[in-house]
Amino acid sequence: MNDNLREQLLLLPEYFQGHLVLTLIALSIGIAISVPLGIWANQSPVVRRPLLLAVSVLQTIPSIAILALMVALLGGRIGLLPAIIALVLYCMLPIVRNTVTGLENVAAEVVEAARGIGMSSRQILIRVRLPLALPVIIAGIRTASVWTVGLATLSTLVGATSFGNYIFTGLQTRNLVAVTVGSIAAALMAVILDSIIGGIEWLAANRNDASLRPRFVRVRMAVVAALVLVAGVSVFSLMPRPQADYVVGGKPFTEQYILAGLIAAELEDAGYRVDRRMGLGTEVVYQATANGAVDTYVEYSGTVWANRMNRDDNPGRRAVLDASIEFMAANDGIHSVGPLGFQNLYAFAMRRDRADELGIDSIEDLIPVAHRLVAGGDLEFFGRPEWITVRDTYNIDFARKLTFDSALMYTAVQEGQVDLITAYTTDGRVAAYDLKILEDPRNAMLPYDGILVTSQQAASDPAFLAALQRLQGAIPDAVMRQANRIVDVDGGSINQAVAWLREQIAATD
Amino acid sequence: MIELRHVRKSYDDGASYAVADTTLSVARGELLGLIGESGCGKTTTLKMINRLEEPSSGEVLVGGENVLQQDPEQLRRNIGYVFQGIGLFPHYSVAENVSAVPRLLQWPEARVLERCREILELVGLPFDEYAGRSPNELSGGQQQRVGVARALAAEPDVLLMDEPFGALDPVTRAELQEEFKSIQQRLELTVIMVTHDMTEALLMADRIVVMKRGEILQVGTPAQLLNAPTHDYVRDIVAMPRKRAARLERLMKGTSPDQA
Repeated sequence: MNDNLREQLLLLPEYFQGHLVLTLIALSIGIAISVPLGIWANQSPVVRRPLLLAVSVLQTIPSIAILALMVALLGGRIGLLPAIIALVLYCMLPIVRNTVTGLENVAAEVVEAARGIGMSSRQILIRVRLPLALPVIIAGIRTASVWTVGLATLSTLVGATSFGNYIFTGLQTRNLVAVTVGSIAAALMAVILDSIIGGIEWLAANRNDASLRPRFVRVRMAVVAALVLVAGVSVFSLMPRPQADYVVGGKPFTEQYILAGLIAAELEDAGYRVDRRMGLGTEVVYQATANGAVDTYVEYSGTVWANRMNRDDNPGRRAVLDASIEFMAANDGIHSVGPLGFQNLYAFAMRRDRADELGIDSIEDLIPVAHRLVAGGDLEFFGRPEWITVRDTYNIDFARKLTFDSALMYTAVQEGQVDLITAYTTDGRVAAYDLKILEDPRNAMLPYDGILVTSQQAASDPAFLAALQRLQGAIPDAVMRQANRIVDVDGGSINQAVAWLREQIAATD
Repeated sequence: MIELRHVRKSYDDGASYAVADTTLSVARGELLGLIGESGCGKTTTLKMINRLEEPSSGEVLVGGENVLQQDPEQLRRNIGYVFQGIGLFPHYSVAENVSAVPRLLQWPEARVLERCREILELVGLPFDEYAGRSPNELSGGQQQRVGVARALAAEPDVLLMDEPFGALDPVTRAELQEEFKSIQQRLELTVIMVTHDMTEALLMADRIVVMKRGEILQVGTPAQLLNAPTHDYVRDIVAMPRKRAARLERLMKGTSPDQA
C-alpha cells in the first residue's frame, strides 16, 4: 500500500465518526420535525401550500450558502451546531412532501370504514392513515438520508469533521487519493444507511408473512447487527475526549493547510495539545476566531481591508497592513502576532505563449483586447471590491468571466480554456506552469500580507505567543511559493511541505 | 328500533335534496332493503343513521334517542357497518380487522380473542386457518365474510349494510346472501341493507323501500311490491326478476324458455 493511501486511511475512523454522527443527528431531528409538519399540512389546507413552498424554497438555496448563513446567524459558531441545523433544513423536503402525499393517497374507502366503525379522527390517523402511509414516508426518509450523507461532506467548510475533510483537502492539494477515499466512503455510508432503513421497512411490512419466515430472521439479524454497530460508533464518538488546549484554523487552500500545519507543529513542540479545524470559509474562520472557537490562523491584510473594512482604495502595502491589524483588534478582538513576511496577492496570469502572441506584459496592455478575452477567477475574485477597482482603474472588462475552484483554475488557463486567470503570487503553479504574471503599474491590486492572528483568550497566554513568535517575518515570498509547489506541483503531502518549511525557518533563525 | 321522521338532506343549502322528506321506521329483528338506482339517496339515508352524514332537517332516532344527541363515535361502535367495496384495513390481519370494534370499546383482550374466534367460525372462516392472514391473501367472498364478521364482532343490535354483496361473483353472492339471512334471523338483528339488485332485495328483505331521486316511491313486503306496485318505476324494477323467475320455472318443467 502506498504511503499516501495509508496516511488517508489513518484518518478514516475520525472522519467516519464525524460524518456518521452528523448525519444521524440531523436525520433524527429532521424526521422528528418533518413528519408532524407533514401531518399538519395534510390536515390543514391553510398550512399546506405555504409549508410545502417553504421547504421547497429551502431546497433551492445552495447548500454552501445555507451553511455559511447558519454560521452567521449563530454569531460565528462553527462545528456541529450550524452543520446540523443546515442539514436538518435540507432534509425536510422529501420527508414533509412524502408524509403529505402518503396520507393523501390512503384509500378513501378505508378511511370511511375507519370512521364508520367508530374511530375518532386521532385513532384514524394513528391506527389507519399513518401505518398505510408509512411506506411512502419511509421512501422520503430514505431519500433524505442519502441527501444528508452527501451534503454532510460540505459541513467541513463550517468546521464539522466529515468525509468532506478528505474531499476538500484533496481537491485543494491535488491529492486524488484523498478525494477518492472520501467519495467512496460517503457513497458507501449512503448505501448502507439506505439499506438499513429499507431493511427495517421490509421487516415491518412482512412481519405477518409466515412464508418468508427464514428470510425474515436473516434480514432481522443483519439489520440488528448494523444498528448495533452504528449505535456503538455514535456512542463512542460522543464520549468526552481530552480537551485540546488550542484550536488552529485554516481556509480551504494549500497555503493555508501548510501554514496551519506549521502553526500546529510549533505549538505541539511547545507542549500544547492542538485541534485542527481546516478548510473553513473566510467568513467562518474570522468569526470563529473573533468568538474564540478558533484560536489562531493566518489572515491576509487585503482580505480584511476589502471584505471587512469595505475599502476599495489602495494606500500601499504598509498602510493596508497596519490598518487591517488595527481594525481586527478594535472591532473583533482579534490579536495579531505579526506579518509572516510573504504576500499572497492576486495577479492576472497568462500562458506565456498566449501573452507573447497578444503582446501583453502588463494590465495596461490588456486594455485594447480585454473585451475579446475569457477570464477565469477563483470563487471570490469577481465578487470582491478590488475587481471593481481594477476594472475602473484600467477601464477593462472581459468577454466572459468564469469562476473556478482555485485548483481547477490553473488547469483551465494551462489548457487554454480561459485566456487569463486571477492567480495568487505565492502559488507554486505559477512557476510550474510557466505562467506570465502581468504587471500592475497603476497599483490596482490590493496587497495581501499573511498575518498570524490569534483569538483574544489565546493572546493572553504569554507562552502561547512566545511559541509562535519566531514565525514573524520568517517566510519570504519565494519560500512560501516553494512550499506550495511541493504540494501543488510536485505531489508531496502537506506534512512534507510543513517539514520543509520548518527546515527553512530553522536555517534562517 | 330505528325511526326516520321527515328527514331531509341537502348538500347545497336547500337548492336540491339528496334525500327529501323521508319517514320510515324499522322494527327490531327486521331486515329492510333500500333499493334504487345510483344517486337516489339510499346510501345517504343509510349514513344518516350512524351519523356519517347529518340530516339537514328532521330527526333520526336509534333506540328511541335522536342520533344528534348521541356521541357519534360511541353510536358508530354500537352499530355494525358492512361497507361497499368491503373496506377492510389492508395493514391488519383478519383477526385484527375483526377485533377492531371490540378493541375500540375496550373489551378485555381475552374476551376480544374469544369473540373473534366465535364470530369467524360463524361466518365460515375457521379461526386457526384465517386469523393470521392478511386481507389481500383472501378471495373476494372471504373478504366480505371478514367484513360481516367485523360488523358483528361487538354484538350490535343494528347492522347497516351498503351494497355488501355487490362486488362478488354470482355464485359466491348467492351463497353469502343465504348464509347471512340465516345469521340475521338467528341473532334477530335489525338490518338496513342498501342494494341496487332487486332480486337480492326480494329474496332477503322483510320489507323493501324503493327510492328515486331522494324520494320514497313505495314501501312494502316483497309480495306487495311484486303483486301491487303503486308506481311505474316500481313495476319496471320488479319486472325483470319476475320474468327471470318465470323463465327458470319453464326451464325446470322442460318447455322452451323463449315461449312467452
